[in-house]
Formats: sequence, structure tokens, C-alpha cells
Amino acid sequence: MHDHLILRIIAKMFIPFILLFALYVQFHGDYGPGGGFQAGVIFASALILYTLIFGLETAMRVVSPTALRILAASGVLIYGGTGVLCMLRGGNFLEYSMLAATPLAGQHLGIFLIELGVGTTVFAVMVMLFYGFSGRKDPSS
Amino acid sequence: MNAHLPVLQVILPLLGAPLCMLTRSARLNWLITIAVSWSGFVISLLLAQQVWVNGPITYNMGGWVAPWGITYHIDALNAFVLIIVTMIAALVAPYARRSIQKEIDRHRQAVFYALLLLCQAGLLGIVITGDAFNMYVFLELSSLSSYALIAMGKRRRGLTAAFQYLIMGTIGATFILIGIGLLYNLTGTLNILDLAEQLNKHHLIATGNRTLITAFAFLTVGLSLKLALFPLHLWLPNAYSYAPSVVTIFLAATATKVAVYMLLRFCFTILGHGALFQMTLGKIILLPSLCAIFIGSIVAIFQYDIKRMLAYSSIAQIGYMTLGITMATPLGLTAGILHLFNHALMKGLLFMTMGAVIYRVDSVYLSDFRGLGKRMPWTMAAFVIGGLSLMGVPLTAGFISKWYLVKSALECGWWPVAGLILIGSLLAVIYVWRVVETAYFNPDHELEQRSCEAPLSLLLPMWILVIANIYFGINSDLPLSMAARAANLLLGVGV
Repeated sequence: MHDHLILRIIAKMFIPFILLFALYVQFHGDYGPGGGFQAGVIFASALILYTLIFGLETAMRVVSPTALRILAASGVLIYGGTGVLCMLRGGNFLEYSMLAATPLAGQHLGIFLIELGVGTTVFAVMVMLFYGFSGRKDPSS
Repeated sequence: MNAHLPVLQVILPLLGAPLCMLTRSARLNWLITIAVSWSGFVISLLLAQQVWVNGPITYNMGGWVAPWGITYHIDALNAFVLIIVTMIAALVAPYARRSIQKEIDRHRQAVFYALLLLCQAGLLGIVITGDAFNMYVFLELSSLSSYALIAMGKRRRGLTAAFQYLIMGTIGATFILIGIGLLYNLTGTLNILDLAEQLNKHHLIATGNRTLITAFAFLTVGLSLKLALFPLHLWLPNAYSYAPSVVTIFLAATATKVAVYMLLRFCFTILGHGALFQMTLGKIILLPSLCAIFIGSIVAIFQYDIKRMLAYSSIAQIGYMTLGITMATPLGLTAGILHLFNHALMKGLLFMTMGAVIYRVDSVYLSDFRGLGKRMPWTMAAFVIGGLSLMGVPLTAGFISKWYLVKSALECGWWPVAGLILIGSLLAVIYVWRVVETAYFNPDHELEQRSCEAPLSLLLPMWILVIANIYFGINSDLPLSMAARAANLLLGVGV
């Protein structure tokens, strides 16, 4: 892929913006359209574009499969941990109102953490699936 | 902490799974699995005790109350099913380590435990939740993890079996989702209790609303696929025989039971107390149930792979459960629900003996059982007792549920059905006897002489189940009274 000059340059230009947009969708999800799932997919798509242009080995140096495993698991743990934290603070499971001094702030913080967990896991699993399929040996070779 | 028991039941395995993903040590993950499964069993017992004393428990997720938020609702029926699932999980956990070391590649062992816990979380979630859509989500959680678990079998045909199950299971799940969607379209609610109330309030059941009929057509077909009712059972034999032993034990003893539970929930709690069910769906399910008992048992007789034989026998046993349900009388339902418990005991036990045989002999073909009576005396003795329970010999758990099934068939005046149940038991005698004869009375295997008794960690859970099979055959008060209470709850009589 070293000769595809235009593709390389354009990808390099676009990837930061894709990542930034993903973060916008992630953190703006509680006010507007968006949320963890969409953000995770967009974030993953940036990495998938990177893999398509620069190859699997380079991409795996950026985010290794082990890191993905840890990210995927920790996303679920953030989600569940938020729920458990609500329980420890005297509410029911996932009762965000208990997380902060006022219910409003609590709900805000709660949904923020939940979406963060969702985004992390979705990103990790998306890339994992992509690595999984593109890492397979070509059966004809 | 007592108030949070319903949610802890589900989130312990659900959070245990990512913890297992984080470590690469199979041993550590095994310890996590043990801790989670055993505490799950304790929680289910505490919940059952609370339900028994104080009546149904409701837990509001996130503090949002009933028809709007997701609630966990535990009554006599799901408290009982929770005990079945967690009990088997707690027995499988200690069994798992040695069996997995033998059957799963080293680098996959750590992930295996994560999947097992996810599957457990899904099954427990289906049972405990009081929300129809939430039920579907948990159904997918348990199904997806079980597809992956089945594919981990050592033989490559496990992959095909898992794929077949994936296709059939997804069709089933989609049908269930369509059914739930139609119900939602009709009533605007997903809460199971509220669904029943809304259907009643708008007289949708009495007037024979067409959307409602369609919804239940989809639900029944989807659930029949999931519980492997006779003509829709084709995924089951392959899935059970090619899966790793631990997975077979766990799924055979729990997954189909949970699907039967869903059938009960939809057909009785939502449709309301069984009168309508008996007139319509009950009549439709009766024939497949009888066919399942017969054809399942007869096909089992001709199997040479004993794990496969037991899988066909499972199809027959599922027939007994749905047969009890179709009667829709207190006695029939009690028999059906009790058979959920007893079948979990006996099939769990029988598949555990298969796991032990695979551990030592590496094969479960009939011819490889020659001489095992001498070489693996404890395992084969356990097989014999499990087999007796499967036939329904007095003093074993299987006898109790068969007895009540026959009794309720006679009560309904279904004489031919009662006769058929007895013939089904006779067929079970034939297929169990083939194995017993080969193991005890045939000359020893020419090549295989070295195998000896299975290790203690496999024998111990196995023999706990042996004792349970005998104990609940002699003193069946506890499961029987719980099943009777669940049946009365479903039929809305004298709660």
C-alpha cells in the first residue's frame, strides 16, 4: 500500500476528524442524537480505515488484540460497576439518582458512565471482529 | 443486602464474565466461576425462601416502577426454576476444571469460563425478569454464548453443529421477538403482568383478536424451536453430542428447561390461567409431545454414540414436560414443572458420567463401554442410577414425576395417553440397558485396558447428583410442594 499516495494522505487527514466526531457523539449523546453504541462504531471505523490503508500489522501495533480484550471487558465492568455503585450508595441497581448530591446531577453522571462503558466495549468488539476476519489466512495461498 | 438479591442473581455471573476475560489464567477463572456459581445457588435458595414466606418479590431496575421500567418479578414458578439453573451451575463449576483441561485447547480455556458465566447470566436473566423484551435480550445472551461454547468442542463437527444451532436458534429467537412485538403493538406494554392485565381489560382474549392469535402463533413456534419440541428438535442431537462435556451437562440440564419456563410464562401468565390455553395451544402441542416421547425414545435405541442417545432421550423427556403442561390441570402442571427439576437431576447426572468416560476413554461409542463396569465402577454405578431414574423406577426422582404424569392423565380421562407414557418408560429401559449390558456383561475391550476410575473432582459432583436422584425419589415433598405451588399460581387457583 506504499504507493497509494492519495489514499494515504486523505486517510491521515480524515482519521483525526473521525475520532473527534466519535468523541462528540459519545459525550453529546445525553443531549442530542448519539450515544455509546454509535460512538463506538465510529471510533472503530477510524481504526478500520487505518487498517485498510496501512495494513493489519501496523494497526495491531497501534491497538493490540490484548488491549482490545482488556477494553472489551472493562467496558462491561464500567457499566456493571456503575450499577453496583448505585446499589452501594443505597439505591437500586442502576438508580443513577443516587450517584451525586442531587438526582439530576446523579442521572447525568450515571448515563455518562454507562455510555462510556458501552462505547468502550462496542469499539473494542468491532475492531476485534475486524481483526478476526482480516487476520485469517487466505485459503488459496 | 437482602433487598438486592434479585439483581445480584444476574449481575454476579454477568460481571464475573468480563473479569474472566481480563485474566489469562484458567485456574483463576475457574475460581471466579466457582465463587459466582456457588453464591448464585445460595442467592436462589434465599430468594425461594423469601417467596415461600412473603409471596412474590418485585425489584425495580434503576428505581423505575413497574409498567414503565424493567422489573424483576419472582414468584413461586421462577424461584423454582432459578434453583434448578443455579444448582446445576454450582455442580458443573467444580466438575469443569479437569474436564476442560482435557477437552479444550490451552489458550481457549480462560475464555471458556467467561462464556460459561455469560450463558449462566443469560439463563438466570430470562427466568428472573418480569419484562417480555428483557426476556428476549437475555435469551439472545444465553443463546449466543451457547453457540460459541458448542463450537469449542474438540471434534470439528462441533462447528457444524454450532452453526446449525445458530441458524435454528436465531429463527426461534426472531419468532419470539415478532411475537413480543405484536403483543407490544396490541397493548403498548412489555411488562408481563401488565400485559396480562391489559389483554384482559380490553377483552382481547375473549374476542379472539387476530393480532393476539398471530402473536401467540409466533411465540409458540419460536419457543418450541428453543425447547426442541418434536418436529423442531433437529438441532439438539448434534449440538449436545459434539459440544464439550461441561457444556452438554449445563445446557441439557438448564437451557431447554428455561425455554419451557418461557412457554409457561407466555401461555399461562399472559393468556390467563389456562382455560384458553387448554382449548387452543394445548391441543396443538399435545400431538408433538406424544410424538417426541415415542420417536425420541425409539431413535435413541438405535444410537451408537451414547451422548447422542442421551440427547434423543432428552427430546423424549421434553415431551413429558410439555405433555404435563398441555393438560393444564393443577396435577398435570405440577407433574410437568416437577419434571423440569427431576430431569435436570437425571440428565445432569447422565451427561456427567459421559464426561467422565470421555475423560478416561476419549470416546463414548457403545463398543468402548466394554469392561467399563469393572474399570470405572463408580462412574458406571452412577450411570445405572441415572438410567433407573430416567426409566422412572420407584425410589428414584424420575418415578415421582412419571407417577404424577400418569395420575393426571388418568384424572383427565386420557387413558391412551397414560398407556403411552408407560410404553415410553419401557423404551427408556431398552436404551439404558444396551449401555449397562455392554459395560457390565460384555468381554473387556481388546485394546483399551489401561483406563481407570475418573478423578475425584468429576466423581464428587456426579455422586451428589446420584444422592439427589435417590433422595428426591424417596422424599419428594420439597420439590413437589414447590411445583404444586407454581402450578396453582399459573392456574390462578387457591394461591
